Amino acid sequence: MSTLRILWRKSLNFVMLTLTGVAAFAVVSVLFLILGYLIWNGGTSLSWNFFTQLPKPVGESGGGMANAIVGSLKLLLLAALMGLPVGLLAGVYLAEFGGKTFSFVVRYTTDLLNGVPSIVIGIFAYSLAVLPVKHFSALAGGVALGIMVIPITVRSTEEFLRAVPGNMREAAMALGASKWKTIATVVLPAASGGILTGMLLALARVAGETAPLLFTAFGNRFWSHGWGQPIASLPVMIYTYAVAPYDDWHRQAWAAGLVLLGLVLLSNLGARFILARSKAV
Amino acid sequence: MSAAATTIAHEVPPQTGPRAFLHRLRQGDQVAHLLTLTFAAVILLLTSMLVYELWVNSHLSRTQFGWAFFWTKVWDPNFDNFGAAPFIYGTLVTSAVALLLAVPLGLASAIFLSELAPRKISDIISFLIDLLAAVPSVIYGLLGIFIVVPLMRTTLGPLLINTLGNVPGIGVLFRGPNYGVGFLTAGIVLAIMVVPFIISVSREVLLTVPREQREAALALGATRWESTWQVVVPWARAGIMGSVFLALARALGETMAVTMVIGNAAAIKASLLSPGDTIASTIANQFTEATGDLYLSSLIELGLVLFLITFILNGLARILIVATERGGGRPA
Repeated sequence: MSTLRILWRKSLNFVMLTLTGVAAFAVVSVLFLILGYLIWNGGTSLSWNFFTQLPKPVGESGGGMANAIVGSLKLLLLAALMGLPVGLLAGVYLAEFGGKTFSFVVRYTTDLLNGVPSIVIGIFAYSLAVLPVKHFSALAGGVALGIMVIPITVRSTEEFLRAVPGNMREAAMALGASKWKTIATVVLPAASGGILTGMLLALARVAGETAPLLFTAFGNRFWSHGWGQPIASLPVMIYTYAVAPYDDWHRQAWAAGLVLLGLVLLSNLGARFILARSKAV
Repeated sequence: MSAAATTIAHEVPPQTGPRAFLHRLRQGDQVAHLLTLTFAAVILLLTSMLVYELWVNSHLSRTQFGWAFFWTKVWDPNFDNFGAAPFIYGTLVTSAVALLLAVPLGLASAIFLSELAPRKISDIISFLIDLLAAVPSVIYGLLGIFIVVPLMRTTLGPLLINTLGNVPGIGVLFRGPNYGVGFLTAGIVLAIMVVPFIISVSREVLLTVPREQREAALALGATRWESTWQVVVPWARAGIMGSVFLALARALGETMAVTMVIGNAAAIKASLLSPGDTIASTIANQFTEATGDLYLSSLIELGLVLFLITFILNGLARILIVATERGGGRPA
């Protein structure tokens, strides 16, 4: 009886542990299969024209997405200008000045804002920046992405400021520096690598966002001049081209997918590199 | 008087002129405090404006349909009749499918990575999985359209209909026409998207379980699996629950990947193979086409519903995690 029980326990042990290995292997291989498929399809569809030409009308093959690449960069610039300063200063407040109750409220709200689905942020930006002027614009898209940048920046800034040792602050203050001078010349530089990483990750995250752009930046098949017009972006182009019934558009969507993924993964790797180097110093 | 004299011994700050300005700058702590406080307050302002705009802009729909909005099964823009039931159903079903697939797979993988795999291999795989969590959702949608949908239409769908479709009880979930797009396809794509989150967070918390816990269990004669399942996992359950809630919140609000593979039909069907719609996919699909104020207002009310669901979910997750942490995370 007892040997039977031990046999049962041992085989259960073997089966379950094998299953966990199989699960890990399955997940990893599915993920790689997917990425390999994307790189293969994107790579074969990608050409120099993709980066230099405008989209061609339906029926004509060829063409590129130069306007969408520039559009995505313009939207990211707007998002950075609007979101990063707010995120940085609010993060400084939470780490250096915050009282108890108000900080708790701010922190809680930041997490809440971080958890709001991106499509809802899109509706918000629509009612802020599209409804009053009655047309889609690059500016509205920038507002949507900028709002999404804020919570990520706040939390990473606060985290890295808190990691700065307290005796650095004490040393600066003992030398007679005022609090803000301590923060500006000692604490912020010490945490700059981490803060920069957080900002880069925040931008990388919103670079791939599609939902909030659908009815703010909208899309454009031509160059967009200035900031008040609808503007093309890579994620929205991928969506439009992927759900369209044309084979040529599907190839363009794969190419755009590869470019977007490359952009996002490179900035992620770059962010990790900055962080690793700032830690080593 | 002598006490007053010693305090006046400090230099009196100049009241006017450039030197006064410099002095105030030197005493700039107040300015810096106020400045950063303002920006912290901006976050509160933005969030309250978000709620306010959703509330005000959905006014027309709220007064027209009232609470019936939640259980009306019709969504008919032609006759200005709107109900959210099909979309709430679609959101819940796709998220449930996603979690049913992703939680066992993710947890098992996390156990493998933290308990069995050598640390070096585990770190490399985790790094790759973290990168996958950063892949934009529209790319998962692209892969869903061109890989999962054809697979569902030609292989997986017919297989499910012929096997599970004949089982009494759950068979009803796998019957009827199979288009390739639908609840199940969306659930599968969502599962692929949230698995990296579950693995990454669960592995982290499993690694924080003290080694003595494992050693004690093993010393008592437990097998490796028994020590993992009865000691290590219960110790880490707060964090694991946290990862599941994180995954659920992401699945509920996910828009693009779902919109691209769910088939976009406002219908409540028992079969997981039939096309449907979620709250987020409906907004994404119809917002720019919404003609008429009531139509737009109803879509914004859908956004309000989605906001409230994720709001409640985040709150619940927080309460749960705090409560479990207070319990020490130890097995009861």
